[in-house]
Order: sequence, then C-alpha cells, then structure tokens
Amino acid sequence: MQARMKQKGLSWTQFAPGSLCAVAVAAAAVIAPAAPATAQAWEPTKPVQFIIPAGTGGGADQMARFIQGVVAKNNLMKQPLITLNKGGGAGAEGFLEIKKSAGDPHHIIITLSNLFTTPYATGVPFSWKDMTPVAMLALDQFILWVPSDTPYKVAKEYIDAVKAADDKSFKMGGTGSKQEDQIITVALEKLTAPKKFTYVPYGGGGTVATQLVGKHVNSTVNNPIEAVSQWKAGALKPLCVFDAKRSVYTQKVTADMAWSDIPTCKESGVDTEYQMLRGIFMAPGVKPEHVAFYVDLFKKVMATDDWKTFMEQGAFNQTFMSGDQFNTWVAAADKLHYDLMKEAGFLAAGK
Amino acid sequence: MLHFSLEPAILFNIPGEPWSVATTFDGHPMAQQGKADEALTAAFTSSFVGALVAVILITFLAPLIAKFALQFGPAEFFSVFFLTFASFVGMGKGSPFKVLAAMCLGFALGSVGLDKMTGTLRMTFGYDELLVGFDFLIAVIGLFGIGEILSSMESGLKFSGTTAKIRLNAVLQTWKLLLKFWVTSIRSCIVGCWMGITPGGATPASFMSYGLAKRFSKRGDNFGKGEIEGVVAPETAAHAAGTSALLPMLTLGIPGSPTAAVLLGGLMIWGLQPGPMLFIEQKDFVWGLIASMYLGNIAGLIVVLTCVPLFAAILRVPFSIIAPIILVICAVGAYTVHNSMFDVWMMLGFGVLGYVFQKLGYPLPPLVLAIVLGDKAEESFRQAMLGSQGSLTIFWSNWLVGSIMTLGMILLFWPLMTWLLDKRKAARLGPVPAAAGAAVVDRER
Repeated sequence: MQARMKQKGLSWTQFAPGSLCAVAVAAAAVIAPAAPATAQAWEPTKPVQFIIPAGTGGGADQMARFIQGVVAKNNLMKQPLITLNKGGGAGAEGFLEIKKSAGDPHHIIITLSNLFTTPYATGVPFSWKDMTPVAMLALDQFILWVPSDTPYKVAKEYIDAVKAADDKSFKMGGTGSKQEDQIITVALEKLTAPKKFTYVPYGGGGTVATQLVGKHVNSTVNNPIEAVSQWKAGALKPLCVFDAKRSVYTQKVTADMAWSDIPTCKESGVDTEYQMLRGIFMAPGVKPEHVAFYVDLFKKVMATDDWKTFMEQGAFNQTFMSGDQFNTWVAAADKLHYDLMKEAGFLAAGK
Repeated sequence: MLHFSLEPAILFNIPGEPWSVATTFDGHPMAQQGKADEALTAAFTSSFVGALVAVILITFLAPLIAKFALQFGPAEFFSVFFLTFASFVGMGKGSPFKVLAAMCLGFALGSVGLDKMTGTLRMTFGYDELLVGFDFLIAVIGLFGIGEILSSMESGLKFSGTTAKIRLNAVLQTWKLLLKFWVTSIRSCIVGCWMGITPGGATPASFMSYGLAKRFSKRGDNFGKGEIEGVVAPETAAHAAGTSALLPMLTLGIPGSPTAAVLLGGLMIWGLQPGPMLFIEQKDFVWGLIASMYLGNIAGLIVVLTCVPLFAAILRVPFSIIAPIILVICAVGAYTVHNSMFDVWMMLGFGVLGYVFQKLGYPLPPLVLAIVLGDKAEESFRQAMLGSQGSLTIFWSNWLVGSIMTLGMILLFWPLMTWLLDKRKAARLGPVPAAAGAAVVDRER
C-alpha cells in the first residue's frame, strides 16, 4: 500500500528470548527460539478486553488499536483482543473497571500518565497498586512545538520571549487539566518566572496540535505522533524534546530534519525532563502465569516490523521492562508525579 | 453508512443516534398518520443526497476546506454551539418557559462528571458510577424509548399508526413529492457541510437545519405535525455533516466520531499517518477511500429503499408483541454503553422522567440537545474566556466568529421580535410585556 519507512531502531535482541507457545505465529516476525515449553501453561479462554482509559484518537488509543491490529494480523492469540474506550473521569472509568475485576485475567489496560495524575487530582480511589503491572511497552516523548513561521529557533529564545511579554499573554495548549501537559507547563514556568503561561485545556492531542496550527495557542507540548504530520507539512516546528538525550531515529522526517536533530531541552537551555509511560496493567490478584502470558504476547508484538515502524513514526523511546524492574520504575514514577503535582498545587483535598 | 438509526426514530420515536432526534419531530407524526413508508423514503433519500453532496465537496475542495477548518478556535466553536441553541429557541410548539426549563435541566445533567477545565469532579457526590456523567444514549433510550412505551401503555396498549398500508410504489410516489423541496435540500446541504467541516458535527447540523426549514417554509406552522419537509431538512444536513466530518480526520488527523477513530486506527496499521500530508503522500489511498464513499452511499440507498415496505410493516405487529422486544433491546442498548448494570437502572429512571415530561407537556428535545452539546459549549466558552482573559469581545474579534454570533443573536431574538410585532399590530396595548422573552434570552446566554 505504501513504502514503509526503513527501520533503524534499537536492537531487539536485548529482549531476552521469550518462550513460544504452540500457537501458530505468522512466520516472519518472531524473534525468540523455542524455549522450554512449560512456561505457557495458561492462555485466554475467552475474548480479552483491552481497555483504553482515554477517548478515541489520542496517543493511547492509537497505540492500543495498533496493537489490536498487529495481534490479529499475526495470529498472536487464539482469542480476539477487543479494544474498549473507557475514558470517563480522566480515565478513572477504565482504571476502576480493572480494579473491580480482581482476579480476572481477561482484562488488560493500557496506561498513560493519568494512571498517576487522575487519582491525585480527583481523589477517585485507585492507584497503580490496585493493579498488576505487566510490562512497559515504550516511553512517549514530549516536544515543545511552535508554529513554523514564528521567529524562535531554539527553546531558550521562546522562553525569553514569554519572559519579556505581559504576564499570561502566551497561551500553552494541552490535553486535559492537571495532567501531564499542564505539569510540563508548570515546570516551564519556573524558567519564565515571574511570568506565567495561560494554559488552555483541550479534549485530545490531535485537537491540540490543530489548534496550534490555527494559532489559537502559542505553543504546545504534543507527543511526537500527534504533531508529526503537521511538522512534515511545514506548519509546525519542534524546539526541543523533554528527554535526557536526543532521539535515536536518524531517518529524515522532513526535508532536512530527523527526530535525532531535535535538541534536548537541556541543551537548549531549558532544564526540564518528562516522559510518559505506555505500559500494560492487569486486574489485581491474577496469577503469575497470567502475567507471563501477556508479557510474552507483548514481546511478540514488539518483535514485528509493524511495531518497529510505529515506534519510529512516533519517535518513541523504546524501553521494555517487566517484572520487578517495572514495579520499581512505576513506584518511582508515582512518587515523581506526586511531588510534581504537590508543587503545582494540583492535589485533590486530602491527598 | 448512518442509515439504520432512522427506522426506530421514525417508527417508534426512539432515535438511535443524536442526529436522529430532529428527524423524530415530523417523522414520527407521519408514521402515526400511516405514512411511515413516505417518511422512511424521504429520510433515506435525503440522507443520500446530503452524503453525496458532501462527498462531491470533499472530492473537489478538500485542501481548501482543511484550511478553513483551522480557523476554528474555542470562540468559533462556542459561536457554532450558540447558534445551534439559538436556532432551537422558539422552535418548540409549547411554552418557551418549558423549553427553557427542559434545556436547563439538560445543562445540569450534562455538567455531572469530570470538569475538563479544572480536572475535578462535579456533582458526583462520591458515587463512582457518576464519574462518566450522563451518557446521551442512555438518556435518549430512557426518555424516548421507555417513555414512549409507558405512554402507549396508558393509551390502550397500541401504537397509533397500525393502519400503515404496505404500498410497494411508495418510494416512487415520495420521490415525486420530494422534488418540490429542492430549496430546503440545498439549504440543508449547505448547513450540513458547513457544520461537518467546522467541525460542529451532525447533531447541531440536524437541529439547525430543522430550525431554519421551519422558519423559512410556507408551511412552517405545520412542522411537528407530520410535515415531510421536516424530515428532509434534518436528515440531509445530518448526513452531509457526518460525511464531510471525515475531512478533518483525513486532513488534520482529528477523528470527529468514534467511527472515524476506528478508521484512524485502521489507517495507522497500514502505516498511513492522517494529516495534511496524506493527500500528497498517499494519493492512491485517499482517492480510493473517496471512491468507496460514492459506492457505499449508492449501495446503502438501494438496500434501505428496497426494505422500506418491510420496515413500515413492523408497525402492523401488535403492541403486546413488539413492546417487550423494544424494552429488551433498549435495556441491552443501555447496558452496552459502558457494560454496566447501573446504566440500565438509569435508563428506567430516564424513562419515568420522559413519561412525566410528556404528561406535563415539557418538550424532550431541548433536554437531549443540552445533554449532548451542553458540556461542549461550556468547554469552548471557558477555553475562549481563558484565552481572552475574561473579555467577551473575543466573540466579535474576527469576521468569522462575529458573523456566527450575530446570526445566533438574530435567531435568538427572532421569536421575540415577531411576537412583539404581532402584538403591536393586533392591538396597541400599552407597555409590552417583554419580561418573558427577555428572561429566555438572558438564561440562554
């Protein structure tokens, strides 16, 4: 249908050989050699509900629907994977559903930062501890975007412009309120102090990018995948990426720039870092073999060429984790969000 | 495409989708008069015409239109919603106060759940079930579906309209009739395409088009009593809007509806990135998709039209058989919205509310419209206010938003003005009791 982008990502051998079950796996894609067949004692006995704690069209939704497509296309599961949007209450609807279905191995959920922010901001009673962590699929980047016909060349110039202007005259568009985009905005305001942004919350990442193209806001911190199309079309330009190091993707996205050409915010004089978890969780109280099945399933998904292309398109930071390593990471991320939100005054009463 | 939400809307007064609500106003009375086949034919044909015009528009004007859609910021969105609400005022048959009361109740229900502007919960009173707010579908299934069954039970266990004859040539006869309404069709196509692109969506489009048709039609006073023009207008506009809403999805990557989101996911798996480059990088795909829209619409029309006599015959089934079936389908429908039993109880609650509304002569559509669009209107208003730092002048800050707002104002005051003029003509009474109209206007704003 179209020329796929060539893949130049990370080496995938680092994701240790997962054991293969007897399920017929479409030949091409699979990595691991057959390991001891004993590990795959369990597999789903009915359709698996793949819950998306966000609305349609956003980053989590795109990834989940993409995974569903890959699983179906490569016959990675005997039972179908059914995606279900439960984005009500900033995702609380989806997370409460998982919390409620304790012990049920036929529910999985994809997470975004609202796993941490929603309970702190709204006081809805759930946390990541009410779920079983399965695996981290990737970390999503945040990039500071401005319309391409603005004069700013580096992030520092933009920050200085905000500093020089009237208080609140610069508008930052973002997804939702008291969530990741606003947390980053608050972090940026440390640098623009005493001037602040006017943060304008919108429904979804795609809308935010479009609002920036239409110049209804001055800047956004869209995820790469939400804004890449507008970047290619020459409507938006990236100033810096909120990560410790530059992206590894060197394939040109526009005529003269690749993801790897976007400087980190730190090197352009703006010391702020933030990344968003794209991970999978299950209901509480499931057995280790249930978790093992899904860890293995996602390893297979990640081994496909489709997944690699998807990762590059969205300039994802490819980091895979499961087990204790993932648990430790999630606990640390939870603490980080608590601290950031406390500092910004976003915590609900009693939190 | 969007056809199958229509039959229950017309036959049983149970709209399956938000944009079918306006179709019930005249579609259902027509069915009650035994003209269900005419109403269905008119609805299906109009939706075809609307969709076709939208596809033609996409074919020739896509890049241009995409640019226009970019001009829509929060203030522009609010002005579109405002125009929708305004064109609704004075549209109802009953007292404007009752319209207003129903609408305000809708706004209140619409505000339950998470407030997207501040990220905090509103009016959930600690109940987790209320987090997601009141879903339109559950409200509509209850208010219209269950409410209708309750009042039918009261009026002697039968649907009026059982006299529906099965006429095999109904389609052709209705088509002859439809030719007379070409002005309404063109107007509705314009409203629909415009609302789809902006993207206000199919629901505001259908209501607005109905409102305009009623205002400009010679038989405007008969609207709501089974006027075929009242079926043509909302249907044409809704489907023109629904189809042209695909344009923002293709050119900007914003899915306007859950269906479009599924399509978006489908594109991603093929490595297609919707957005401004799609028309340049993936020509084959885009034009293939547009070609399939032509084919799909034509095939859809043929399928539904051949079934018109069959659909209309459903009304001949005795109430005691069809009512339990409708009830079960309603319950299943409510359950599937969030897979939750709570929603089924809520549906029954709304059913009682719908019955009470009917008994007391309060109109349901304003309530439904406010549930669907209330929180969106609120969101855009507050986004606009954030952007302008509290200044209302943002609503007249450029020609686009200014003209929509002014048009909205005119529509809002239209009933008041005509009423005042009539009053003055009829008898030159002393002070004009304008308080009533003024109150309506104030609350609306």
